[in-house]
Amino acid sequence: MTATRDRIEATLRKRYRRERLFRFFGLVSLGISFLFLLILLFTIFRTGLPAFQQTWIKIDVDLDPAVLGVDRHASQDELFGANYAKAIKVSLRKIFPDAKGRKKKRGLKNLVSNSAPWQLRDAVMKHPDLIGTTHAFWFLAKDEVDVFMKGRIDRNLPESDRRLKDFQLAWIDKLLAEGRLEKRFNTTLFTAGDSREPEQAGVAGAIMGSFFTMLVTLLLSFPIGVAAAAYLEEFAPQNNRWVDFIEVNINNLAAVPSIIFGLLGLAVFINFFGVPRSTPLVGGLVLTLMTLPTIIIASRAAIKSVPPSIKQAAIGLGASPVQTLFHHTLPLAMPGILTGTIIGMAQALGETAPLLMIGMVAFVVDIPHGILDPATVMPVQVYLWSDSPERAFVERTSAAIIILLGFLVVMNSAAILLRRRFERKW
Amino acid sequence: MSIQTILLTLVALLLFSYFLGRKRSLRSVKKGRGGDKLHSRPAYYGYMVALWAGIPAVIVLLLWTMFQSQIVTSLTVAGLPETMQAESQGGHGLVINEIMNLADSGMVAEKSDPTLKAAAEHYLRLRGISHQAIAVLALVAAVIGMLLGLRMVRPDTRARNVVERAIVWTMLGCAAIAILTTVGIVLSVLFESLRFFHAVPITDFLFGLTWSPQTALRADQVGSSGAFGAVPLFAGTMLISAIALAVAVPLGLMSAIYLSDYASPMMRAITKPVLEVLAGIPTVVYGFFAALTVAPFIRQAGEALGLDVASESALAAGLVMGIMLIPFISSLSDDALSAVPRAMRDGSLGLGATRSETIRKVLIPAALPGIVGGILLAASRAIGETMIVVMAAGLSANLTINPLEAVTTVTVQIVTLLTGDQEFDSPKTLAAFALGLGLFVITLLLNIVALKVIRRYREQYE
Repeated sequence: MTATRDRIEATLRKRYRRERLFRFFGLVSLGISFLFLLILLFTIFRTGLPAFQQTWIKIDVDLDPAVLGVDRHASQDELFGANYAKAIKVSLRKIFPDAKGRKKKRGLKNLVSNSAPWQLRDAVMKHPDLIGTTHAFWFLAKDEVDVFMKGRIDRNLPESDRRLKDFQLAWIDKLLAEGRLEKRFNTTLFTAGDSREPEQAGVAGAIMGSFFTMLVTLLLSFPIGVAAAAYLEEFAPQNNRWVDFIEVNINNLAAVPSIIFGLLGLAVFINFFGVPRSTPLVGGLVLTLMTLPTIIIASRAAIKSVPPSIKQAAIGLGASPVQTLFHHTLPLAMPGILTGTIIGMAQALGETAPLLMIGMVAFVVDIPHGILDPATVMPVQVYLWSDSPERAFVERTSAAIIILLGFLVVMNSAAILLRRRFERKW
Repeated sequence: MSIQTILLTLVALLLFSYFLGRKRSLRSVKKGRGGDKLHSRPAYYGYMVALWAGIPAVIVLLLWTMFQSQIVTSLTVAGLPETMQAESQGGHGLVINEIMNLADSGMVAEKSDPTLKAAAEHYLRLRGISHQAIAVLALVAAVIGMLLGLRMVRPDTRARNVVERAIVWTMLGCAAIAILTTVGIVLSVLFESLRFFHAVPITDFLFGLTWSPQTALRADQVGSSGAFGAVPLFAGTMLISAIALAVAVPLGLMSAIYLSDYASPMMRAITKPVLEVLAGIPTVVYGFFAALTVAPFIRQAGEALGLDVASESALAAGLVMGIMLIPFISSLSDDALSAVPRAMRDGSLGLGATRSETIRKVLIPAALPGIVGGILLAASRAIGETMIVVMAAGLSANLTINPLEAVTTVTVQIVTLLTGDQEFDSPKTLAAFALGLGLFVITLLLNIVALKVIRRYREQYE
C-alpha cells in the first residue's frame, strides 16, 4: 500500500510540472493569435492613417490673359480650352526664380499634382472675372511631396536614393517657411474613383462597386437561400436520394475554393450567357453562388430551432403547410436567418479571388452608377493598389483596408446585436 | 423596347391580373347560386391568375435570352458576302467581333470598310427587330395566360392548392441550384480542360517538371517553349499548405483546448471575439500584410542568421496562411472536443488523472476523427487559398522543398493566366481551367472524406 503510494508521489511532481507546461502551451498559442492580430492592426493603422490627410500647396496664380489665351469675356467653351497649365507654371517660377535648366523646371512642375490645371479651370469657369488678377489658390500636392510631408522620405539618404532631389527639398522648406504647404483631411479618398496618380486616387468607385455587387448578391442569395433551406427542412421527403444529393452538394460547395467559382463565372456567365464582363451584375451572380451555402446552412439551423409545437398548433387550426411556413416558422426563424445572411454577406464583401477571374480587376476611373457599369470592389481595389510601385499607394492601400475593415466590423456587430437581441431559447 | 421596360410592363400586368383574378373570384360567389362558397381565400385566386400570366412570359423571355445572340449573329453572317462568310467561320469570330464593336461604338470607327459597316447596320437592325419581337411575344403570352387563368376562376377551383404547389416547386428549384452549381463547375472546368488536353498531352501536364506557359507568338521567338508541366505548381502548393498546417494545427488545437478546459469565463469572453475577428479578416488583407511586413521581416531575420532568403519565400506565405487558419481549426476542434461525452472526461478525472493527462490520453483520442476531419477541411482551404499566395508567393515555378525559396502555386498561376489580356482559346488561358480542374478534384476529395469522417464521428456519440 505505501509502496504504491510512494511510487505515485514520486511521479506526482513530474506530472504536475507537465500539467503546468501543457497549460502554458495553451496560453502561448492563444497569445500568438492575439499578438498577430495586434501586429496586423498596428501595421495597417500605422501605415494607413496618414492617408486620411493630404498635402495642399498654395500658389498665387497670376491669371494673365496673355498667358491663358482668353480674357474675362470669353465664352465657357473658350474658358474650357484656356492654357491653365502654363499659368501655373509661370506662377511657380515666380515663387522660385532659381529654377533654371530642364531638370529643375521638371522638378518644379512635379511639386503640384497634374490635376492642378483642371482645378484652376473649374475655379475660373465659375468666376471668369478672376482673369487679369492674381489670386491665391490651394492645389493638391504631388504624391512625393505628400509622402515627404508625412515624414516617410528620409532627407539624410543620398540624393540618388530619393524620389525628391536636394533642390526640391530646399523648395519644400521654403514653401513650408512661407506657410504655403498645409495638410488637410483627405476628402479625395472618399469622393474620387481610381487613378494612376496617388494623390488623385480614391475609393468612391470601389465602394459604389461593392455596394451594387452586394445588392445583387443580397437580392438573389437571400430569397433563394431561404427558400432552399425551408424546402430542405419542411417539405423535402425523408430518405430521398435526390434530397441527400442536394445536401451533400451544399456541404461540398461551402468548402470549394472561391477561385473555382470565378472560373465558373467566367465560363458560364460571361462566355456562355454573355453577361457583360467587369460588371457588378456578374460579380453579384458569382458571389451569390458562393454565399448560398452559408445562408442555406444558417437558415436551416434557424428553421430547425423553431419548436414543433408551434407548427403543430398552426396545422391543427387548419393552416396548410405553406401557410404554416410563411405565417409562423419563417417569422420566428428570421433573426437566425438574418444573422446568417449578414455573415454570408460580410464574407462576400471581403472576397477577392473569384472577382479577379471575371474582369473586376480592370482599371476603372469612373464611379459606377448601376449594375451594368464596369466596376471594381473594395478588396480588389486593395489588391490593385498594393501592386502599384508608388510609395503613396502603400498608405492608400492600408487606408482602403481600414475602410473595408470598418464596413466588416459594422456588419458583424449588426449580426451579433441581432443575435443577442432576438435570440430566443424555447 | 429595352429589357427593363419589358420587365416593368410585365410586373404591371401581373399586378393587374392579380386584382382581376381576385375580383372575379368575389364576383363569382355573388353571381353563383345561393350558398356557394369559394374554396380558397380570394387573394389565392389573384395569385393563381398572376402565375398563369407570369410563367409563360418568363419562359418566353428566358428562351429568347438564351438564343437571341446566336440567331442574330448567324443571320448577320448570312447577310455577308460569300468571301467574308468563309473568313468568319475560319477566323475565330474575328469578323463578328469587329461588326459588334462597330455596332456598339455607334459606327464611329472611320477606317472600317463599307461591307462591315453595312453588316453592322444590318446587325443593329436585326437586334432592334428581335427586341421588338420579344416584347410583343412576351406580353402576348402574358395576356393569353391571364385570360386562360381567369377562365379557371370558379368557386370550386382549388386556387390555394395550385398556388402552394407552385411555391413548393419554386422552393425545390432553389434547393436544386446547389446541384446546378456543382454541375456548372464540373462542366465548365472539364469542357475547357478537354480543349486544353487536345493541345497539350495530359501526361505532359500531369508529369512534366517544367512550367513556363509563355507560348511563342512567332516561331523563332526565344524562351517561349510553352511547357505545361504542373508538377512544380502542385509541389509548391503542397509546400505552402504544409507550412500553413504546421503553424495552424498545433496553435489552433491548443487554443481550442485552452479555451474549453482552462480559460476563465472572463478570458473566454475576450478571446473568442479575437478569434472571430481573425476569421473575419479578408484574405486580401492577410496577403497585403504578408507582403508588406512578414516577408521583409523573415528576409532580414534570415540575413542576420546568414541564410539566403528569397523576398517572396514560401515561408512567409505559409506562415500568414497558417495564422489565417488558426480560428478555423480552433472552432472545428472545439466542436469535436465538446462532442466527447462528459462521462469519459469525468471518469478519467475521477481515476486521478490530471487535466492534461485526461485531454491527451482520453479526449484527443476520442475526438481524433473529428479533429482529423477539421484538419482535412483546413488543408482543402489552404490548397485553394488564393489572395495570400498571389500577393506574397512568387511567380516562377521552382521545384523545391526549401521553404526559404520562392515557389508558385496552382491558384497563383490561375490568376496570372486569366488576368492578362488573352485570346480565350490559347492554350495559356485553357491551362488555367486544367489547373482549376486539378484544384477542384483535390479539394473535392478532401472535402468529401472530411465531411464523411466528421459525420460518422458525430453519429458515434449521438
